[in-house]
Amino acid sequence: MSEPLLSSSLEVKSVSKPSNSNIIELKGVSKSFDGKPVVKDLTLSIKKGEFVTLLGPSGCGKTTTLRMIAGFEKPSNGTIYIGGQDVTALQPNKRPVNTVFQQYALFPHLNVAKNIAYGISLKKIPTGETVKDKKTGEEYPKTRKYTIQEVSDKVQAVLEMVDLEGYEKRSVNTLSGGQKQRVAIARALVNEPKVLLLDEPLGALDLKMRKDMQIELMDMHKKLGITFVYVTHDQEEALTMSDTIVVMRDGEVQQIGTPQKIYDEPANAFVADFIGESNIFVGVMRADYKCEVCDAVITCVDSGFKKDESVDVIIRPEDVQIVPPEKAVFTATVKACVFKGDHFQTIAEIDNEDKDEILSHDNTECKVGEKIGLYVKPFDIHIMHRGRIINELITTMEDENLVNICGGKFECNAPFPYGTKVKVTIDFDDIDLTDDENDGTISATIQNTIYLGSYWRCVARTDDFVDFFSDTEYDWLKGDRVGINIPKDKILVEKIDETADETLLDLE
Amino acid sequence: MKKIASGNILAANIKKAGLSIKNFRLTRSAFAFPYVVFMLVFIIVPLFLLLSNAFTVTDAVSGDKSFSFDNFKSFANDGSSVKTLSLSLIYGVVTTGLCIIIGYPAAFVLSKLSSGKLLLILFLVPMWINFLIRTLATRAMFTLLNVELGTGTVIFGLVYNYLPFMILPIHTSLTSIDKAYGEASADLGASSIQTFIKVNFPLSIPGLVSGITMVFIPTITTFAVTELLGGVWLFGDSIYSKFKSVNLYGVGSVMSLIMLVFVLVSDMAMRKVNKGEVARNVI
Repeated sequence: MSEPLLSSSLEVKSVSKPSNSNIIELKGVSKSFDGKPVVKDLTLSIKKGEFVTLLGPSGCGKTTTLRMIAGFEKPSNGTIYIGGQDVTALQPNKRPVNTVFQQYALFPHLNVAKNIAYGISLKKIPTGETVKDKKTGEEYPKTRKYTIQEVSDKVQAVLEMVDLEGYEKRSVNTLSGGQKQRVAIARALVNEPKVLLLDEPLGALDLKMRKDMQIELMDMHKKLGITFVYVTHDQEEALTMSDTIVVMRDGEVQQIGTPQKIYDEPANAFVADFIGESNIFVGVMRADYKCEVCDAVITCVDSGFKKDESVDVIIRPEDVQIVPPEKAVFTATVKACVFKGDHFQTIAEIDNEDKDEILSHDNTECKVGEKIGLYVKPFDIHIMHRGRIINELITTMEDENLVNICGGKFECNAPFPYGTKVKVTIDFDDIDLTDDENDGTISATIQNTIYLGSYWRCVARTDDFVDFFSDTEYDWLKGDRVGINIPKDKILVEKIDETADETLLDLE
Repeated sequence: MKKIASGNILAANIKKAGLSIKNFRLTRSAFAFPYVVFMLVFIIVPLFLLLSNAFTVTDAVSGDKSFSFDNFKSFANDGSSVKTLSLSLIYGVVTTGLCIIIGYPAAFVLSKLSSGKLLLILFLVPMWINFLIRTLATRAMFTLLNVELGTGTVIFGLVYNYLPFMILPIHTSLTSIDKAYGEASADLGASSIQTFIKVNFPLSIPGLVSGITMVFIPTITTFAVTELLGGVWLFGDSIYSKFKSVNLYGVGSVMSLIMLVFVLVSDMAMRKVNKGEVARNVI
C-alpha cells in the first residue's frame, strides 16, 4: 500500500550493473531492526566526486543507510558496492570510506595529533611495485608502516587544511564544538578515503558556526575531489551544499535530484512540504493547461493529465505575488502580515467556499483584513499526480455486513458471507481519527501531516503497517496514537473475483 | 510615629522568628550530622588514641605515661615484624596481579555478552556470604580434597575473596565506554584486537585502577583468612596479636600507623594515575 515511486526515482531504479563512474551503489538494500523495516528496498547510485545529501525527517532511514555504507550495520537484504567491489559482507575497517560521526567520537584519551594519526599509523603501505590496493595491502608481504616523520607530516598538512595548526598537543576535551568538528573531519580525511561519510556533522554547532562550516566543507569537497555522502535533516543545509539530494521518508526514496530540481519540481507533496515552505492544494485538471484550484480555474504549463483528474497543486510562497484585485487569479483577505527582513510574509484567506489559506512572500505590505489580489505565473504552478486518491485495501469479510480491516471488525453494507475476499475503498475524509486510541475500532500512529490550505492530510499507520490517509481539520503530531473509525455507509465493499486478482495487484 | 515604631518592632520580631525558623530548617547538611557524630566517636577518636598509644610508653612500675619513640624502635629492631610487613606486601601484589589476570578477561567477556548482567550477579553471589564462613568452607574443601594448606591455599583464598572487587569496577568502566569509539576505530582501519589495545583498554584504566585499590589495600591488611587457610602470618594477623596482650599496645599502634601510611600512599598513587583518566572520561 505504499505510495508509488515517482518518475525521478524510477530513473535511479534502472541502474542494474555497477559502472565505473559510480563509486557507491546500493541495490535493493533493506534493513529491519527487530522486524521493523527502517530502510526498504533502497536502490541508489552515487557518482565519483559527488556531494550527495541524504535528507529526510528523523526516522526516515538516512543514518541507517549511511551506517550500512560504512559497514556498521549489515543490510538485511541487498548488495552494496563501493568502487565496483561488493562490500556487503566486508568489515568497516576494510572499507575505503571514513566517517565523521555525529557526536565526533574523538578518542578522549588521545590528544589532537594522536587522534588524527590513529588511522594512518595503523595503515600498512606497500613497498613493492606489484601491490596496488592499499587497503588490502596487508595481505602481501611487502608492506611497511608510515614512518613517524611521514605520519607527523600528514597530520600537519591536514591540520593546516582544517585551520588548527598548533593544536597538536591539545587534549580533545578542551576543544570547542567547532574545533572538535574540525579534528573529526581531519581524522577522517587524513586517511585519504575514496568516500567521506558525514552523519549530521554540524548538528551540534550553533547557527553561525554551522554556516561557516558548511562553506568550509564545500571548499574541502571541491579541493579534494572525493565523494561526500552527507546525512542531514536540515533542508536548507542540503540545498546549500549538495550536488545531489536524496529525499527519504519512511525508508524509501521520495526523490533524487539537484537542489534546484528538488526545490522547483518536487516529486510529490511530501517533498514539497519538506523542502522549503509551500502552499499545497488539491486541484482538478479541467483540461490541458487549465487547473481548477481553490474554486478558480488557472492557467498552468502542465498537460497530459486525465480530464477532471484530482491533482496536488504546489505553489511556493515567493511565487505568490500580491497584485490589485483586477489582475488577480485569487482574491483573498489578509489574516497576518509580518516583516521578515527582505520580504513580507503574508497569510491570506482565499475568498472561496473552503476559505483556503495561502502563504505569500512578497515585497508589499498589507493590513490585516485588507482585500488583496494574488497572482501566480503559470510556470510557478506545480501540478503533481496525487500519490493516492483513495484508501484501498484487499481483505476478507468477517460476517455479513462486517468487514475485517487491519484486524478490526467494521460494520458495512455488504451482504457477503464470512471469508469472502473483498476490496474496500474509503475516501480520505471518511476516515475519522479519535484522540484516544481506545475509542477507535483499530489504532494507528500518525506518520506525518501536510496542511492543504483548509485542512490537514495525515497518514495514520496501523500496527500491521497499513497506511490510511485521512483528511481532518486538526493537526495531529507525528507519533500520536489515534483510533480509527469509519462510518458504516462510507465503506465501499466490492467482491473480488479470484480471476481478477492480477489486475487488482496492478492497481495496488 | 508610634504606629511606625510598633510596626518596626513587629517587623523585627518577624525577622527574628524567621531567623530562628531558618536555623531549625532541615537543610541537606543536617542529614550528615548523625554520621559526623559516628565518625568522631569511631574514627577520629580511635585515631588519636592510636597516635597517643604509638608515641607513649607506660612505665611498668609507676604506671606513668611518657612521650617516647621506643615503640618505633622496638618495631624496627624486631626483625620478624619487618619481615611480616614485606611478606604482606608481596602477598598483596601477587593477589592483585592474579585478580587482574582473572578479573579483566572475565569483566571484558561479561561486558560483551547480552546476558552479562545476569552472569555478573553470579560472580557477586559469594560476596553475600560472610567472609569468615566462606573461608572456613574453603578450608573444608581443601581438607576434603587433601590439599595441603600453605602459601598456595592462602593466595587462592585471597583471590577468591577479592576477585569480585576487581571484576565489578572493570566491568562498569568497560560497559560505560561509548560504542561510537569502537566504531570510529574500526572506521579508521583498526581490527577488533587493535581497537581493544588502542581504545577500549586505555579507556577502562580507571576501572582497573579502582579494582587494584579495592583488592590491594584490603589484602595487605587482611587477617584470619591467611591464618585459617595456611597459617601464614601476615601484617594484619601480627597487629591483631599485638593488641591481644596489653603491654604491646604501643607496638601494635605503631604497626597500625605504618599500615595506614601504606594505605594512604597507595590510595594517593592510584588517584594520581586515575585523575587524568577520570577527568577525560567525564566528557
